[in-house]
Amino acid sequence: MAKQYETVIGLEVHVELATKTKIFCGCSTAFGGAPNTHTCPVCTGMPGSLPVLNKQVLQYAVAVGLATNCTITQYCKFDRKNYFYPDNPQNYQISQLYLPICRNGHVEIETSEGKKSVGIHEIHMEEDAGKLIHDEWEDCSLVDYNRSGVPLIEIVSEPDMRSAEEVIAYLEKLRMLIQYLGASDCKLNEGSMRADVNLSVREVGADAFGTRTEMKNLNSFRAITHAIEGERERQIELLESGQQVTQETRRWDDAKEYSYAMRSKEDAQDYRYFPDPDLTPVYISDEWLQEIRGSQPEFREEKMARYKKEYDIPDYDIGIITDSKHLADLFEETVAICGQPKKVSNWLMGETLRLLKEKNMDPGEICFSPEHLAKLIGLVDSKAVNSTVAKEVFEVMFAEDIDPESYVEEKGLKTVHDEGALRKTVEEVIAANPQSVEDYHNGKEKAIGFLVGQTMKAMKGKAEPGMVNKVLKELL
Amino acid sequence: MDILSYSAVELSAAVKEGKVTAVEAMEAVLSRIDERESDINAYVTIDREQALKAAAAVQEKIEKGELTGPLAGVPVAVKDNLCTEGMRTTCSSKILENFVPTYSAEAVLNLEKAGAVMVGKTNMDEFAMGSTTETSAYGVTRNPWNTDHVPGGSSGGSAAAVAAGECFFALGSDTGGSIRQPASFCGVVGLKPTYGTVSRYGLVAYGSSLDQIGPLTKNVADCAAVLETIASYDRKDSTSINRKKEKKDTDFTTALVEDVKGMKIGIPKDYLGEGLDSEVKNAVLAAAELLAAKGAVVEEFDLSLVAYAIPTYYTIAAAEASSNLERFDGIKYGYRTEKFEGLHDLYKKTRSEGFGAEVKRRIMLGSFVLSSGYYDAYYLKALKVKAMIKKAFDDAFAKYDLILGPVAPTTAPKLGDSLQDPLKMYLGDIYTIAVNLAGLPAISLPCGTDSKGLPIGLQLIADSFQEKKLIQAAYTYEQNKTKCVE
Amino acid sequence: MANVITDETIEYVGILAKLELSDEEREQAKTDMGRMLDYIDKLAELDTTGIEPMSHVFPVQNVFREDVVTNGDESEKTLKNAPGEKDNMFMVPKTFD
Repeated sequence: MAKQYETVIGLEVHVELATKTKIFCGCSTAFGGAPNTHTCPVCTGMPGSLPVLNKQVLQYAVAVGLATNCTITQYCKFDRKNYFYPDNPQNYQISQLYLPICRNGHVEIETSEGKKSVGIHEIHMEEDAGKLIHDEWEDCSLVDYNRSGVPLIEIVSEPDMRSAEEVIAYLEKLRMLIQYLGASDCKLNEGSMRADVNLSVREVGADAFGTRTEMKNLNSFRAITHAIEGERERQIELLESGQQVTQETRRWDDAKEYSYAMRSKEDAQDYRYFPDPDLTPVYISDEWLQEIRGSQPEFREEKMARYKKEYDIPDYDIGIITDSKHLADLFEETVAICGQPKKVSNWLMGETLRLLKEKNMDPGEICFSPEHLAKLIGLVDSKAVNSTVAKEVFEVMFAEDIDPESYVEEKGLKTVHDEGALRKTVEEVIAANPQSVEDYHNGKEKAIGFLVGQTMKAMKGKAEPGMVNKVLKELL
Repeated sequence: MDILSYSAVELSAAVKEGKVTAVEAMEAVLSRIDERESDINAYVTIDREQALKAAAAVQEKIEKGELTGPLAGVPVAVKDNLCTEGMRTTCSSKILENFVPTYSAEAVLNLEKAGAVMVGKTNMDEFAMGSTTETSAYGVTRNPWNTDHVPGGSSGGSAAAVAAGECFFALGSDTGGSIRQPASFCGVVGLKPTYGTVSRYGLVAYGSSLDQIGPLTKNVADCAAVLETIASYDRKDSTSINRKKEKKDTDFTTALVEDVKGMKIGIPKDYLGEGLDSEVKNAVLAAAELLAAKGAVVEEFDLSLVAYAIPTYYTIAAAEASSNLERFDGIKYGYRTEKFEGLHDLYKKTRSEGFGAEVKRRIMLGSFVLSSGYYDAYYLKALKVKAMIKKAFDDAFAKYDLILGPVAPTTAPKLGDSLQDPLKMYLGDIYTIAVNLAGLPAISLPCGTDSKGLPIGLQLIADSFQEKKLIQAAYTYEQNKTKCVE
Repeated sequence: MANVITDETIEYVGILAKLELSDEEREQAKTDMGRMLDYIDKLAELDTTGIEPMSHVFPVQNVFREDVVTNGDESEKTLKNAPGEKDNMFMVPKTFD
C-alpha cells in the first residue's frame, strides 16, 4: 500500500496597516502616487536621517495581538535585519526579532472538518520595502520608494494547518478580525495582505516535521490553494523517489502555476539582527494596555449574537452581513436612520451582493451612504416609486452615490398617482389593441397582462401596477 | 587688534559694537586659509563666494538688531560628516565624493539660526574611523603646531582649522574621542556632550549609540556658548533628550565661573599607568595640582574595567558601523563603479572601490561579530560589559564631581607612524573611549606643551548632564593657568 | 587562544558586507581580524552572568510621532543625487529574470 502523507503548513502573513503615514516618517501611505512622490530622507535611507516611530502603528499592532489572543510584550524593541537589495534603501529593514510586540496567540477556525485552533507564534512590526519595476526597454530595473516605510505587521502562525482549506479559513479569520479593527483593508490582490506559506510533508503518524520550504508571491486564495497542492505533490514525489526536500524559498508563478527556487550564491541568509540604536524601547503600561483593550470593537461573534436579539432578520442574513465589517456598519447605520432592518437587509442581501459579484468588488468598496439607502427605502414605502424603478435608481446609487430623492425628481421617475392621467393612457392602449381586448373578452385572462405591460410602457414605468390593473378591468 | 586673535564670542561682540563686520571677519579667515591651507589641508570643501554672501546677510541682520546671540557673524567650520544643504558632504570618503545633501543637520541649522556663518567642511578620518585624519580620501591634514605631525582625529580638520585661525570655532563629532583627542593634539578646547544633548539628525552615523556632535573652540567661554547654541531637543532624533523638561538645564554659559572650592575630583590610577608618556603625565598632574590649589579636593582612585573599554568599544562601534554603512551602495547617491555585471557586482565594486582600508576593516569586523553563531559571544557580551562600565562610572560619580586624566597617552604622533599598526592606534583611545560607552560628557583643554613644543590635553569627565561642572572647572583652570604661566 | 581567520570566513564576511578584497587585502584582513578578535576575547575574562545587555545608555522610552502627514512631494530632492535615474525612479541592474 502506498504511504499516506500529511501536509504541515505554517503561515507568515504580512498586513499593511491602515495608518495615514509611514512607520518612521511623516510621508503619506496613500496608494497610487507618482513614483517617489511620497518619500523623504528617512524612507529613502539618506545619510544622517533618523527614524521616529508612528504611535498608531504600535496601537494597531497591539489591537491585532489582543484580537488574536496574544500575550503583549509590554517592553519591546526594534531590531535591524541586514540584507542588500535595492528596494530596501538602507540595506537593512527595521523589524523585530528579539522582543516582538505579540506572542503566543491563537484563533479559532471552522472548516468542513469542524472547529480547530491555529496557534500564533508571534506578531512583529516592521517596515515595507519599495517597489521594483522591470524596465521593458532597457535591461534594468527601476525603484520607487513610495511604499518604502509603509507599516507592516507580520503574523507568524504555528505549523498547525494541514490543508489548503484550513489555510484559507485561517486567512479569512485574520482578515475578518483585522478589518473589524480597522487596522487594514487586507486585500490580497493589492498586496495589503500577503501570505508566505511554509510547507512540509511527513508520513501520517510521524512525530518529526519534514524539511520545509517557503513559498512567496501568493496573491489570491486561488494561488494559495494551487501552490499548496503543487508543493505537496512536489515534495511527496521527491520523497517517493528517494530524494531529499531542500530547505529553500520558492517563488510562485501564478500564470504558469508553478514554483521555482529563489537561489543566489550572493546571499547568505544571515541577517545579522541587532537592536536598532536609533530607536528607543517601547513600554506599554498596564493602563495603556487596558485602554487599547477597552477600545476594541465588537467582533463578529458578538455582533451576530446582538443582531439575533435586536433585529428580526434571518440567521442566514446575519451571517452574510456580519461577514464584512463594512456591510455590517452600513446595515447598522441605515437601520439607525430608517428603522427597518428587514428592508435594509433585503437591499444588502439582494441588489447589493448581486452588483458586488457582478462588478467583482469587495464590500469595502461600496460607495453609497446609509442616508441614501434609507431615502430609497422611504421612496418605496411611500409608493413614490415602484420596485422596478427603485432597482434602477439603486444601480445608479451603487455606481455614484446619488441622492435618490433628487434623482427621482430630476429624472421624473415618480409614480403617477393621478387616476385621470392613467385612465386616459389606458383608454389609448385599449383603442390601439383591439385584438387583445377581444381575447380578454373571450376569456383569455392572460391578455390583460399584455395590456398592463403596454400601459406601463406608455407610462414609462411610473405607474403603480395595482392601479393599472384596477383601471384596466373597469374600462374593459 | 588683529581680527583673528578674537575668540568667537569676542568677535561677535566686536561686530555688534561696529568695530569689525562679519564680512571682514570672513575675509580675514579666507586670507588665513590662503596662507596656511596648502600646508595644513584642514578643509575638504570651501565655498568662498557663498561664505561672503552669507556673512553679508548676517551683518545686515545684526545691524537691524535681528541677530543678537553670542555667535552672530562668527565664521564656523563644520566637520564633513554633518549634512549641509547644497554643500557637498563627503565624510572624507570617495563613496560620497559627489553627494550634495538636500537638508542640513539640526546642529548646523541651530548655528545658522544663531547667525554663525559657515566657511566650509573640514577634513576627517573617513567616516570618522581613525585617530589621525590620515584615512581621509582627500589627503591628510597636518598639525598647525608642527606640520610633520598629525592633528589627531577623527575631527582633525576641525581642530586644525581652529588652531590655525582658519575659522573661529568648529563642529566635530565624537564616537570614541574624535573631538577631544584632536583638540588635545592641536591645543584647542573640545567638548563631547552627554549623549542625546545635541541632535544627531543629519550627522552621518558611524556608531549611532556613541556618536555626539560637539564644539572645538579657542577657549572655554566659546565652548560654553557654542554648546548652548547647538544643544536642542529634536523630535526627529528618537535618542534626543528634552533637557529643559527634565531640569537638566542647558544654560552652559552661566557656568563660566572661577570657582572649584570643595569640588571633588578623582584621578583613575589606571589613567596614569603604563603607556602614558611622562611629559603628558606631568602636565596632567600639574593641572590637577592647580585645581587642588584653587580649593578642589583631588585624589586618586580605582576606576575598574579600564582595560575592557577598548575591546567593548570596537565591537559595538564596528557592529553599528557595518550596518550604518550598508546604505552606501551606488544606487541612491554617491559613487557608483564604472563597469559592473549585475546587481551584486555593482554593490561589491562600488563599495570596494569607494571605501578605504580602515573603513573596510571595521565593516568586516562588525559584520563578523553580528554574524550567525558569533552574536552572543561578541556583540551581546560587549553590550553587557558596556553596562558594567556604565556602573563603574556611576559608582565613581557617587564619590566625585569630576574625573580628571589625560586625553591621550602621547602628544601628536608623526604623520605615517600610526597607520602601520591599527591595533596600536586603537589603544591610543584608552582614556577617551569609556566616556562614549557610558554616554558621559567630557572636555579636553590645553594644559601645556611637551619638549617638542606639541600641545598636551587635559581631560575632565562629568556625570551625565553635568556639563556645567565641566565648564566651571575647565574655566577655572584656564583662567589660572594663564596667570601661572605669566 | 589565537583566532585563525580562514579564507572561507573572509569570503563569507565579504558576501555579507558586499566587499570584494584583492589577494593582498584578503591576507591583511585575515591578520587584522584575527588580532582584533584575540583582543576582543579579553571580554571573556569578565563574568557577565545576570547582567542585562545595554543597547541604550539612558532609559529613554516611548518616543513617538503622531500619525499626521507632514511631508509633501519631495521626489526631486529624493532623486537629486541618484547615479542612475529614469522616469523619476532609481535605475538599478536588472533584479529578476
